[in-house]
Amino acid sequence: MRITVNGKHKQITDPTSIAALFEMVGVNPEQVVAEHNGTILAPQQYRETILREGDTIELIQFVGGG
Amino acid sequence: MDLLQIANRTFRSRLMVGTGKFSSHQAMLDAMEHSGCEIVTVALRRVDINNPQDSLLSHIDRERYLLLPNTSGARTAEEAIRLARIARAAGCEPWIKLEVTPDPYYLLPDPIETLKATEILAKEGFIVLPYMPADPVLAKRLEEAGAATVMPLGAPIGTNRGLLTRDLIAIIIEQARIPVVVDAGLGAPSHAAEAMEMGAAAVLVNTALADTPDPAAMARAFSKGVEAGREAYLAGLGPKRLQASASSPLTGFLRNES
Repeated sequence: MRITVNGKHKQITDPTSIAALFEMVGVNPEQVVAEHNGTILAPQQYRETILREGDTIELIQFVGGG
Repeated sequence: MDLLQIANRTFRSRLMVGTGKFSSHQAMLDAMEHSGCEIVTVALRRVDINNPQDSLLSHIDRERYLLLPNTSGARTAEEAIRLARIARAAGCEPWIKLEVTPDPYYLLPDPIETLKATEILAKEGFIVLPYMPADPVLAKRLEEAGAATVMPLGAPIGTNRGLLTRDLIAIIIEQARIPVVVDAGLGAPSHAAEAMEMGAAAVLVNTALADTPDPAAMARAFSKGVEAGREAYLAGLGPKRLQASASSPLTGFLRNES
């Protein structure tokens, strides 16, 4: 199954939750915000949200900036 | 005590610091410490999924500093609003430094998109601090739209050129009923002092600290500049004149007056 994470295509084995995707990518869920097909997810949705073919995920975090 | 009030919060420091472009997290933290700042700006970006890094937040003491996320990178009101909502979802207080800069060369703020985003975000309950061109009419429009401050630019971001917009900022300060925070382009403590002498409520600097060999020392210098400027403003500057006005007595010279 193919999804897009931060603009890059990624092959995953289904079914994969957002929480599992965090682990796969090596991201600390407490340090990022996730958008699933343009909708911001609350942390309690990470386990229950299962990715589907063609889904778009954005993982966003704070960086230095003025 | 002379406090800065923005929305429902008060601050002792009138110097805000941006966290971008420092050579290391330690250099950034040292600059924050020595600046005495209480508000720091941060940006939001995609995680590099090939090489995830620790979030900047793991380095910043959020009990001590109010995090002011910016919407840098946004080219439209819509993109800025999306970033603001992401910042809030990240657990930040709903304070947002609104930046809408479609022009990649001068990073000048888009007045129309900035006003549009301010209206929407203020209605959603955000404390909106919009970065704006030094336009007094726009400043009033942003105030009416619910902005908590206005943040006119002194010069384009990161240019260190000082208060190129001085006369327009003076009008903005004269007319504003919300704090005026001069943002962008201030490159020297004297620039910050000048803005504060004019009655700016605060200033924000980033490049002026980050892009120097000793950010901590420069942060101290800026802190003094801001304090000096503020005290001078409160004391009231003396009037300007064209002709000389002698400081020493004009009598008793060591010569015979004819």
